[in-house]
Amino acid sequence: MSALDLLEGCAAPVAPTAADPARAVLRERGQREVFCGLTGIIWLHRKMQDAFFLVVGSRTCAHLLQSAAGVMIFAEPRFATAILEERDLAGMADAQDELDRVVARLLARRPDIRTLFLVGSCPSEVIKLDLAKAAERLGARYLPEVRILNYSGSGIETTFTQGEDACLAALVPDMPALAPDAPAELLIVGALPDIVEDQFLRVFAAMGIERVRVLPARSARDLPAVGPGTRFLLAQPFLGATAMALEARGAQRIAALFPFGAEGTADWLRAAARAFGIAPEVAERVIAPGAERARRALARLRPELEGKRITFLPDSQLEVPLARFLQDELGMELVEVGTPYLHRAHLAPELARLAPGVRLAEGQHVERQLDRVRADRPDITVCGLGLANPLEAEGLTTKWAIELVFSPIHGFDQAADLAELFARPLRRHALLEV
Amino acid sequence: MQLAVWTYEGPPHVGAMRVATAMEGLHYVLHAPQGDTYADLLFTMIERRAKRPPVTYTTFEARDLGKDTAQLFQDAAREAVARFAPEAIIVGASCTAELIQDDPGGLAEAMGLPVPAIPLELPSYSRKENWGAAETFYQIVRTLADRSLTRPPRAGRPARANILGPTALGFRHRDDLVEVRKILDCLGVEVNLVAPLGARPRDIAHIGAADFNIVLYPEIADEAARWLERTFAQPAVRTVPIGVGATRSFIAEVAELAGADPTPALGDTSSRLPWWSRSVDSTYLTGKRVFIFGDATHAIAAARIARKELGFEVCGLGCYNREFARDLRAEAAACGVEPLITDDHLAVEEAIAAAAPELVLGTQMERHIAKRLGLPCAVISAPVHVQDFPARHSPQMGFEGANVIFDTWVHPLVMGLEEHLLTMFREDFEFADEAGPSHLAAHSPRAPGGSRAASTPAPAHEAAPAPGPAPAAPEPAPADTGGPVWTAEAERELKKIPFFVRGKARRNTEAFAAAEGRSAIDLDTLYEAKAHYAR
Repeated sequence: MSALDLLEGCAAPVAPTAADPARAVLRERGQREVFCGLTGIIWLHRKMQDAFFLVVGSRTCAHLLQSAAGVMIFAEPRFATAILEERDLAGMADAQDELDRVVARLLARRPDIRTLFLVGSCPSEVIKLDLAKAAERLGARYLPEVRILNYSGSGIETTFTQGEDACLAALVPDMPALAPDAPAELLIVGALPDIVEDQFLRVFAAMGIERVRVLPARSARDLPAVGPGTRFLLAQPFLGATAMALEARGAQRIAALFPFGAEGTADWLRAAARAFGIAPEVAERVIAPGAERARRALARLRPELEGKRITFLPDSQLEVPLARFLQDELGMELVEVGTPYLHRAHLAPELARLAPGVRLAEGQHVERQLDRVRADRPDITVCGLGLANPLEAEGLTTKWAIELVFSPIHGFDQAADLAELFARPLRRHALLEV
Repeated sequence: MQLAVWTYEGPPHVGAMRVATAMEGLHYVLHAPQGDTYADLLFTMIERRAKRPPVTYTTFEARDLGKDTAQLFQDAAREAVARFAPEAIIVGASCTAELIQDDPGGLAEAMGLPVPAIPLELPSYSRKENWGAAETFYQIVRTLADRSLTRPPRAGRPARANILGPTALGFRHRDDLVEVRKILDCLGVEVNLVAPLGARPRDIAHIGAADFNIVLYPEIADEAARWLERTFAQPAVRTVPIGVGATRSFIAEVAELAGADPTPALGDTSSRLPWWSRSVDSTYLTGKRVFIFGDATHAIAAARIARKELGFEVCGLGCYNREFARDLRAEAAACGVEPLITDDHLAVEEAIAAAAPELVLGTQMERHIAKRLGLPCAVISAPVHVQDFPARHSPQMGFEGANVIFDTWVHPLVMGLEEHLLTMFREDFEFADEAGPSHLAAHSPRAPGGSRAASTPAPAHEAAPAPGPAPAAPEPAPADTGGPVWTAEAERELKKIPFFVRGKARRNTEAFAAAEGRSAIDLDTLYEAKAHYAR
């Protein structure tokens, strides 16, 4: 296959999925209008309050973080970039020494740091700067005060939310072993806003699931144990590598819809209840009030969204579960659902629900995808900030996708907030007279 | 390696994007990995452009490395030319592609594209955004200018000028251009070409038809202007018309080169700064200590306005771009301050804290530093955030620019009358410390001692401190510094000084006590220090 075929991409569109053998997936390759995995640092550092993220990269990496982090950058954030300079590119040994110097300076300035992530970038990977070795060497020097880990957030390896996946996967080997005879534990995987995490913990407690831990915990040093007794629930659809790492340590994934909307959340909670042998009537008693509250709140927004046509451009891998939620619970019509990467196993229950005519796209050739958006003229297009204003200027209504990653959207009590994120641009479009 | 949280400038290929996005009919094929498209949103969000920047990224991935990245580049270039039908393309590498050494210039040349492909060498590990913009513009001009062009004799026709430098994502470039055009109109000078902003590649071919060049932003246009000087014998106007004085010099210089009468342009009565500055309400501005930081061009212009047009005292002057450090050093010498040439925002923060200014003029970063330190601030230079790409006309250049500058700089200060009232009524609860300076009302109340911790406004009237657990002291004594200790009496006296000058009084007194070797600060020390620092 020539590179041109790769660029043309969609030459072989039919890739039947496990869940739906008949469903065609448009696989495209070309310019991708997406963030790299470094961006995950922006929300991960808020979640893990004792962790610091040191990107080893170029001025571009620092500039990206600064652009993505907005005003956060002014609040002594727990991330920074060690910017490679010309002399660092000259020889490997020198770069490792330089890294030691930067880390020493950083840790001296920030004694509150208990976990330091060395985050690989495109430049550090292309020059083959061995950050795993650096983490090992520095770890030996700074343990037990500081644990030093590494992962890649580079654009050549990761897309946007995959940065969280790579980070969490890097934590898994350091998780203590769950004793073989210990009672089963539930592990919620994926960084959730604290308020959402607390809601879920309350629900599981009410159901009678006693041992529930989260990855990542609010303190990165407070790693949950893992072992064959671990049953884990993915709270996010972009955690393929983390799931694999957990499975390699004997943990078992609980398959479920992702917890968006009344139905997604109920299914996710029920799946956990089943895995822990909770009587269905007990689970329902706990689930019902929240689900009912969510349905009532969604009913108010349904008239604004019902029948509206929506296209998702690829961004975060949240696209498929969100599309399912908008279709099933708000009556929206899915035109195209693009995703940077389609994890067929983790998304099988979601994919099974999408209407047969929905165009699924994996990867991106942005120009061609925009051609389709212009031809389809959906009522609302979910896309990144680089595309949103240009599409608005063409008369299309957009919802910028990044907000879906930064806002609390999981669970019953956020279901209407999630729907509101899509309803607001449409309402605004109707409201403005000039 | 340099440890950085915040950078004043992006990488050089962002500079190239600023030039490409400013122009029409030009496309940039950028060899870059996934993720580098983040830079698009600087243009679509911060500058609120309604079109995507004309940039095609090759988006190579790890699995492409070592095999087909060169092919990927050529395919992307071919596709971009077919889709966008540009008049010319610029080709180059971002920082990662620079490392894999595919040579976009050579690859593009080998393809025999139907349009000129201008190769860019932008060393990402040693240069930055402004340099990238300047180099890109220079390469475009050098490649596309029609060197065979000869100017017709000057007799019997109006003079013609090129306006060089405005780009996309430039601080107030859009409106500066309007003001400069107004001046040229007034002088009867025709505009041959504005570039890069709004220019097409085929317009660049005629760049030699102008009699002279106007270098609006030296950071971007100086390199190209020097080449044009050599190639077409076009002299350049290098005075940047920011401020009333600079605008007058600019008019005189342009008039001289154009052989025009400067009187109508100089007689422009739209300039209100001189009268505003002379009106009695401005008297309190005299000697206000101002710290200035930004790109060299804006910082130097600001220093001159501050000193000569508003009567401030410049207590600090610096820039983040080393390319123009020499000019800044000269201006700093004229202000009698040490120049600060750095791109480390922590060094700038230290310098500001040490200089104890009453007003900070800087970039977005200095805005936040000033907020932290509880100081008034105005923005004079990129990098800036979305609010500094305003909808309203707000130039920095020309006489209207001077009006805008007067308002922008003076508003964050307590106005003269307001300051007088505050002093008179400082015992009244509205003006108590916890109410915070009125000009910072948009922000949270000033935290005790300027610390960053958020504080809820304490019960305002604290004339008679209640017994029991005292609320957080507004100005905690710096006991931990090992410096002189304040007596209770001196501390009480200090509190009678209006809050907006109290910080300075405290610092001055402590510096004085330390210099005198006094271990305690009593009333006498306080007043002796006051006498010592009296102006």
